Amino acid sequence: MAKEQMVKPIGGPPSEVEHIKIESNYLRGALVETLKNPITGGLPEDDNRLLKFHGSYMQDDRDLRNERERQKLEPAYQFMLRVVLPSGVATSQQWLAMDGLAHKYGNGTLRLTTRQTFQMHGILKWNLKPTLKKINAELMTTLAACGDVNRNVMCSPNPFQSDLHGEVSHWARQVNDHLAPRTRAYHEIWLDGEKVVDGQQDGAEVEPIYGPVYLPRKFKIGFAIPPYNDVDVFSQDIGYIAVIEDGKLKGFNISVGGGMGMSHGDTATYPQLGKVIGFCPPERIVALAEKTVMIQRDYGNRSVRKNARFKYTIDRHGIEWFKSELQNRLGWQLEDVRPYQFVNNGDRYGWLKGSNGKWNLTVYIQSGRIDDQEGYPLMTGLREIAKVHTGDFRITPNQNLIIGNVTSQKKRKITELVEQYGLTDGAHHSALRRSSLSCVSLPTCGLAMAEAERYLPTLIDKLEPIINEAGLRDQEINIRMTGCPNGCARPALGEISFIGKALGKYNMYMGAGHAGDRLNKLYRENIDETEILDTLRPIINQYAKERDSGEHFGDFVIRAGYVKAVHDGQEFHN
Amino acid sequence: MQLQVTNSPFNQEQVELLNRLLPTLTESQQVWLTGYMFARQAVAGTPSAEAVVQAISETPNLEEMVSVSHVPAASREVTILFGSQTGNCQRLATGMARKLEEQGMHVTLAAMNKYKTNGLKKVENLLLVVSTHGEGEPPDNARALHEFLYSKRAPQFDNLFFSVLALGDTSYEFFCQTGKDFDQRLEELGGKRLSPRVDCDLDYDEPVAQWSARVISALNERLNGGSTAAAAVQAPAPESSAVQSAYSRTNPFKAEVLENLNLNGRGSDRETRHLELSLEGSDLQYEPGDSLGIYPENHPELVDAIIHELNFNPEEIVPVNKNNEQGSLRDALLKHYEITALTKPLLTQAAELTANPALHELLAPGNEQALKEYASGRDLLDLVQDFGPWQADASRFVTILRKLPARLYSIASSFKANEDEVHLTIRAVRYEAHGRDRYGVCSIHCADRIQPGDSLPIYIQQNPNFKLPSNSDAPIIMIGPGTGVAPFRSFLEEREELGAEGKSWLFYGDRHFVTDFLYQTDWQRMLKDGVLTKLDVAFSRDTQEKVYVQQRVLENSKELYAWLQEGAHVYICGDEKHMAHDVHSALLTVIQQEGSLSAEEAAAYLNDMQEQQRYQRDVY
Repeated sequence: MAKEQMVKPIGGPPSEVEHIKIESNYLRGALVETLKNPITGGLPEDDNRLLKFHGSYMQDDRDLRNERERQKLEPAYQFMLRVVLPSGVATSQQWLAMDGLAHKYGNGTLRLTTRQTFQMHGILKWNLKPTLKKINAELMTTLAACGDVNRNVMCSPNPFQSDLHGEVSHWARQVNDHLAPRTRAYHEIWLDGEKVVDGQQDGAEVEPIYGPVYLPRKFKIGFAIPPYNDVDVFSQDIGYIAVIEDGKLKGFNISVGGGMGMSHGDTATYPQLGKVIGFCPPERIVALAEKTVMIQRDYGNRSVRKNARFKYTIDRHGIEWFKSELQNRLGWQLEDVRPYQFVNNGDRYGWLKGSNGKWNLTVYIQSGRIDDQEGYPLMTGLREIAKVHTGDFRITPNQNLIIGNVTSQKKRKITELVEQYGLTDGAHHSALRRSSLSCVSLPTCGLAMAEAERYLPTLIDKLEPIINEAGLRDQEINIRMTGCPNGCARPALGEISFIGKALGKYNMYMGAGHAGDRLNKLYRENIDETEILDTLRPIINQYAKERDSGEHFGDFVIRAGYVKAVHDGQEFHN
Repeated sequence: MQLQVTNSPFNQEQVELLNRLLPTLTESQQVWLTGYMFARQAVAGTPSAEAVVQAISETPNLEEMVSVSHVPAASREVTILFGSQTGNCQRLATGMARKLEEQGMHVTLAAMNKYKTNGLKKVENLLLVVSTHGEGEPPDNARALHEFLYSKRAPQFDNLFFSVLALGDTSYEFFCQTGKDFDQRLEELGGKRLSPRVDCDLDYDEPVAQWSARVISALNERLNGGSTAAAAVQAPAPESSAVQSAYSRTNPFKAEVLENLNLNGRGSDRETRHLELSLEGSDLQYEPGDSLGIYPENHPELVDAIIHELNFNPEEIVPVNKNNEQGSLRDALLKHYEITALTKPLLTQAAELTANPALHELLAPGNEQALKEYASGRDLLDLVQDFGPWQADASRFVTILRKLPARLYSIASSFKANEDEVHLTIRAVRYEAHGRDRYGVCSIHCADRIQPGDSLPIYIQQNPNFKLPSNSDAPIIMIGPGTGVAPFRSFLEEREELGAEGKSWLFYGDRHFVTDFLYQTDWQRMLKDGVLTKLDVAFSRDTQEKVYVQQRVLENSKELYAWLQEGAHVYICGDEKHMAHDVHSALLTVIQQEGSLSAEEAAAYLNDMQEQQRYQRDVY
């Protein structure tokens, strides 16, 4: 029975990972034994693959790799752990729990991700279990934070329309929870749950949505509340665009087939924008998500992982095929797309009053990194706030943090703490810096080819004089940097983007839409810092002089002929 | 020992002549001279200069003369028993045996634990060569004999002549204690001394030669007062047949350093150097379990501070040893004299150079405890700072100092697997005591001042008491936390090189898994390749409850006992005071528990293993 669900692969035999999944007995593998092996701090590759589905994977401190090899020590293996936090909303207690774990088992810092969740780094193998236990005890999970499954569902943290945010994020959680893997492996391995012999059950019973081999690749879903496209809804496999009429949530326009990742030098891989195929009322979106995931499960490429994302499935079969397959499986028709408009994909910093009368403070967090630095005790400050804060914390898709739902009475206390610890709404930073996004990259990410989080702030230091001189200090220009082309900071949607090629060398892209509705395009290849500055200086100066009123940088570079507009990923490389 | 008018029967001129002559004599010259002087007395009359020449050139004549003496014949049987941890005593005992055989004696040579105690009663001439460990404890293979002699079963030795050569280190409180114990106990049991016990400090060459000479002459005296002085002139046979090298402890080889790296990962609170040295051109060889001696240099800052404190001229020429070789004061303190330990002999001699009442008070009878406390953790700089002003010039001052001893490290490589190389695992010793940073002499010399390309004076110290089983199929269990793991790298490399089939099991521990897992990738590879069968680790600072190797031993008691029953050899290397003691107890527990034995039976089991050389320790 189980094997029946393993659909005939497209274009060749199943990839190695497909074998690992099918043989894993619903994500168990040999994890129980290999996690215990005291001779290595690492895991064999097979189990590391499976561990991803549990929300973690192995990394090593790449700064130390060569040094340790000489020292006859294995790489400094450590684990990244990612939480599933639908809509990025956490309670104060959860914040404190994560802060405590970061210090007890992690590297003493937390990372807010571009998918609105917590990431911890530097956890030793033997500390994974107590860390996961604590996270679960605080009513969070890590199951499906990574791996070939639906990931953390995003939702605009919209600080104005409080009621709407509550309603939309409710649906985001519904979708998130419905698509969570059902295997008991997670409970057995981490939570001392009773061992259940899933293998003797029917595959459809254990994982009714995914089956025994799960998806061909990761799957991403986000909810946007126009006019803000902070979730980059067109980068999602499924994007739900809230339709509000008369202040009420009527339903969602559905975008499908977006995605960021590609491989350098392989034009069969490309970033893609989602296509909006129709509208449906809220109560139907869970079913829509389920059927869409199952279509990808059945038709996705299981032979070549870099062509396995849903965007390629849709591009291969055509959007009309998908729409009809979906409607067949749903048994109902999508309605026509309702009008919507996005204005930008950034955050709105500072204090804002929501429609429920409560206050929301958006704090600027450089590269999403929560730590204490000399003269800037951000982590301590947030911990102190969490101790008194009765509202919530919302991680934004731009790696910033909203201290949300602050009552008028508490606002003064929070303000005091914000000032005491020097937290910032970024007002003293350039708009360029406030609109910057970077992935983690070196030293922990195994995929990184160049620096990102550790370098982008420095590059911006050097761009700011140019920006200031051009009088563009308050001009929002989305600037993004990743250490590899896999797309963690959604680099194909930056008005200026850098994707790492080698240490100190980047491909530079320009021309994405300011509202995340158009892809950027390669402008220069393999350039270093000097070349980056020399390349950008004249363009920025020209933009300052020649831009039309309200014209965004991404639009300008297209009008000025630097790059062509890319509305479809299949033209990205043309 | 320097001869003086006060401690010898000679006048000033004779003392000066003898003091100039004696240190230049080789060991065999000294032996010859002893025999010669003795023979000269035994033979009637005073020989002329010609007679001496004749004595040398016409040995048979002299022997004839001796043999006609009228003293009743004594036994030519001599039993030499040694108790040795690192192999020093065994080497010295073997050398003595050879010398006696050259003298025509019939020698029985054995480790103390190999000698059947019921045979002791019949022994007429008994020589004991024994070292002392830790807090005055006997080395492993001397323990049984020590216990036996102090037990009720000990016989009366009415016909026994004995002499004890004791090895030790004056920086320990119970200096040469085991030798003293044997010496005293044999006397209590009725034995008579052939010649007085000699206690040796680290620099033992000279006193050992003295002891040998005295023992030989005493034995000869008992044999009708005859001597075969000339026989001793014969060139001594090579020390060992295994190593045919021109280099030795007294003639160290300058080995080039090929690699010197820190094995502890970044963030560790420890530093352990991995040194790879070249033996090329030395003809030196070694076996797994052997040690390497390194002659280190003292810390230049400490040397300069001492010279400064004494207000001496660092370039002043002073004697650098007792052989009247000379060098600059700075060089002497850097390379030739020990300046980091305060021993009682040093303090006593220092007292002659100062009128400071505090030092004399400290040395007064009844103040032993205060003296011990003072000496602990202090060095020569403390001494010169605390007890000046000093009434001695530099040349006089250095005569109170002990020779800078070599440091021994268990070798961490197999010679067969690394031709012409030797690897070491050295933990850098740094600590603060009495308000000042202190440094291990050799470890910090290697850690801070030795680069690849530099060289170190080294020699091989064989350790016959820490050897792989001769049967390469025999299982081995190796327990070596921290730098104690060094010889096991050598063991496993050797077994890998030889393609040995025997199972192997390593217990390793240190503080932190991530940074302190010495040779981690070596073990991982050996496990993968099957060279190492099992590896159990304990990292004490990674968990709230500290875990050590002995816990791992206990946790694996069933399997471990099964290995023992299969004939496994057990090796322990590392810290004696805590680890080796605790592991020993753990092994007893395992044997008692899994073998359903009483505590006494378990102890006997382990003793048997020790006697079969299936339980060996290299502890320090």
